[in-house]
Parts: sequence; structure tokens; C-alpha cells
Amino acid sequence: MPAADPILVVENIVKRFETQDGVLTAVDDVSFNVVPGEFLSVIGPSGCGKSTLFNVIGGLMGGYDGRVTVGGETIRGPHASIGMIFQEESTFPWRTVIDNVAFPLEIAGMGKAERIERGRHFIDLVGLNGFERRYPAELSGGMRQRVSMARTLASEPKILLMDEPFAALDEQTRLLLGDKVLQIQQDLKQTTLLITHNLTEAVQLSDRILVMTYRPGKLKRLVEIKLPRPRTSEIVSSDDFGRYVAQIWSDLREEATKGLKDDEARRGGEKSS
Amino acid sequence: MSAGATIRREAVPIVFGVACLLALVALIEVLIRMGWINPFIVPKPTDIVMSFERIIMEENILPRFFLTCGEALMASLMLSVAGISIGVLLHRSRIVRLATETWVAAVASAPLVLMYPLFLVIFGRSAWTIIMIAFVSALPPVILKTLEGLSGTRPVLINVGRSFKLTPSQLYWKILFPSALPTIFVGVRLGMIFALINIVGVEFLINFGGLGQLVNELAERYDLPGTYAAICFVILVSVLFFIGTERIERWLRPGT
Repeated sequence: MPAADPILVVENIVKRFETQDGVLTAVDDVSFNVVPGEFLSVIGPSGCGKSTLFNVIGGLMGGYDGRVTVGGETIRGPHASIGMIFQEESTFPWRTVIDNVAFPLEIAGMGKAERIERGRHFIDLVGLNGFERRYPAELSGGMRQRVSMARTLASEPKILLMDEPFAALDEQTRLLLGDKVLQIQQDLKQTTLLITHNLTEAVQLSDRILVMTYRPGKLKRLVEIKLPRPRTSEIVSSDDFGRYVAQIWSDLREEATKGLKDDEARRGGEKSS
Repeated sequence: MSAGATIRREAVPIVFGVACLLALVALIEVLIRMGWINPFIVPKPTDIVMSFERIIMEENILPRFFLTCGEALMASLMLSVAGISIGVLLHRSRIVRLATETWVAAVASAPLVLMYPLFLVIFGRSAWTIIMIAFVSALPPVILKTLEGLSGTRPVLINVGRSFKLTPSQLYWKILFPSALPTIFVGVRLGMIFALINIVGVEFLINFGGLGQLVNELAERYDLPGTYAAICFVILVSVLFFIGTERIERWLRPGT
């Protein structure tokens, strides 16, 4: 990516938690920048502090050392420039698709006719036209996640922050939704930060990938993905794609193994006690 | 799905329910006629049906029915407003919740109806005695279910609200409250059951007012078919209130 002025700066973030076994450092001295229009993924094994980092950057978690700035402004809570898409299903079941998508516009005080029109634009963008009057209970998991995405995009954030948004979906839906994210990101030139543990998803979507270590979560390596754009999910069958996946997996494998052993040791400890 | 298919899908459970009820009634009729159930304890369903006309024409049942309905409606409104408000207060104030939640749960199982002499002294032999006993007895489930519904709101929905920078008041009215509504309505329905039981029970005990008083009078006359017919009207009150709350819930919380 070109060396433009970063829109998001994460500086020396350290986050510790008090646990029954003592102090646990979830994120340890993590720093990186995101430039406008960039798609950056943070990848790491389960338990490496990815979701903690997501909550810190999104302003949902305080009590950390370091600094997060958006456009030079230090964030001290949720910031209007950051739109968040969560891992869990997060549509409002009592609202129709259009009312879900128009929710941030309603909060901003926009008139009903205008927000419905704006909402339709974002529903169209995620490919859900025709479903405006449906309730989330009538939609599939993938469609509901697209509603969440449209709702966040409707608030027109400068930075889209996503925490494993496709984690609960099957692989085929995940690849197709990846296409949709790529298309939206390319159309809107949307700066995007994706937190994920899925290798193919990260390589398919990103300009750069930050690989994290297992507990405490530190940055291990930065990988620049030089696959051509515009991309689609067809890229997964290319040789270059395979090489990137293999390269990142070699870094990740060691960390994932540590995580697995740690998990087994903990379960063994629980069993014996 | 076509409109016809939707109607069929919704009609089948209703038809099945009515068919089961009729089958049960027919079974009871047969068992009584065969002498397996004592007709001096349970009258024949056909006798109960025959007595409807008599209790409507001679026992003035419609004004009594509307009086019991009115008492139940007033008690339900009062317990919905007070119960939901107290539940919200307990949810907002942790210290008040910790101090009182166990007591509220304990009151739910207390036989408050036995305190009717105290209510008679305060409110006199009037509908207000009946309404107030029903209100007090039915309050705990509404409070507890409101608290449960608000506390059970999925954290991710709250985080969505926070990410859109909602004010505490917006977070409450746009997310917490609609999310909690199904559980709150379970509490309101439970409260209504408690209220109706207490209303009819106190009407019976103090021999005043609506259907409970009529059940008392008919039972004392040993008019068993009439007594059971009057009880059918009590059930009708309950059914009407259930249908009413279901409609209100669907209106307030669509999509479920």
C-alpha cells in the first residue's frame, strides 16, 4: 500500500485482565497503522487477544495502556468514524430489514422518508433487495449478517471494523460473502480492519495481514498480499493464493499448536482437580 | 407461501385444539354415563351446556361477567404499570436489586389472599378490595420477569447500541426494552393468572361482586351444572385476556 497518512493508528496497546490464576496479558505491545482505503486483517489463533483488540479499537473496552487514534483524535469510547460488525448475530429481531438498516439514521434524527430511501440503497448494496419488509427470523444466517453489514455501512463510517463476521457461516457462504465484502470495499474504497482466525478469508480479502502470536497476543509478522485487484473468490484457486496461505500458515501453525497444547493442559488440569 | 396455505397452517392447530377439547368432554360424558365418575361430584357436560341458558336468564350472569372482567382489567393494568416500572428500577439499581430480589421472589409464593380481612378493613366490602388483593398477589411475577428480560438482553445487541453511540435512554428504549418484551409478557400473563385466581377467590370468600360470588351461591344451592357453567365463564375471562395480551405483544414486538 502507498505510504499515505494513516487514518487509524494503534500504538503500543497492552491489555491485562485479572483472573483467578493471576494477571493475564491478552494483548502485549501491539502497534500498527491503517491507511485510507486499505483492507487490513489481523489473524491469530483462538485466545490470542483478537477480540480484545477489536473491543479496544472499537472503544467498547477501556483500562488499557497505549493509544488508538482515528484521524489524529484519540478515542476514549465508541467513535462515530468506526463502524463495527460483530461475530455474533446482531440484527434486532423486532425490526424489519429496512428498519434494522435505517437504525443508525433514525438515531441520527433523519426523517422517515429519507432514511428509508438511504436504507434501500445499502440493502441494495448488500444484495438484499426484495427482503426489506422481512424480519430477521425469516432470513438465513448469511442474510442476517449482510443486514448487520448494511446497517453499519448506513452510518457511513470512515473505518469498518469487523470481528470474524462470517465465523458462524459455512465455507461456501463465507466465500460468497467474501466476494460481497470485496465488491463493497472496492466500490466504496472503504477502509476495513478485519479480525479473523480464517486464513483463506484473510488472504482473499486483504492488502496486508498482521499475524499475532498466541497468548500474550503480540504482532509476529506483517505480510503484504500482492494479489491483483479487483478480486473475487476465484482467486482462491490461484498458485499465488496458495503460496500466501502456506506462508502465513507456517507462522500461524506454531502459535496454533501452542494454543492447542495450552487448552489441553488446562482441560487436563480441570479434569484432575 | 400462498394466502390459502398460510390460513390452513394457522387454522390447523386451532381446529386440532377444539377437537381435543370436544373429545375430552365427550370422554367425560361417557365415563359419567357408565358410572365411572360420580355425577354428584362432576355433572354431565350435557347438563352443564343445558344450564347455560338458565344461568344467563335467571342468574344475571352477564353483569357479573363484565364486573369480573372489569376487576381483572383494572388489576392487570395496575400490575403491568407497577410491575414493569419496579422491574426497570431493580434492573437499573444494582444495590436495590440485591437488597430486594429475594424478598420479591418470596412474596410470590406467599398466600396473600388470606390477608383479605386487612384489605376489607382498608377498602371496605367493595370491588377495590378485590382489585387490590389481586394486584398485590400478582405483582411479583411481573417484577421478576421484567428483571429477567432486561438482564437477559444479549450483550452483542447492547454493544451494537454502544457502537452507534446511543444515549443511556436510547439504549433502554430502542434495545433493552424491545429485547425484553417477550419475557415481560410472560410475566404479565403469569400475573394475570394470579390476579384472576385471586379475584374469583376473594369474590367467593367475601360473597361480593361477579363470577366468584355466583359460583359460591350456586355451589351452596348444590346446583352443580350451574356451578360448572359459571366456572366456564371464568375460563372465558382468562381466554379473552390471553388473546388480548397476545395481540398487544404482537403489536409491540413484531417479528417473533
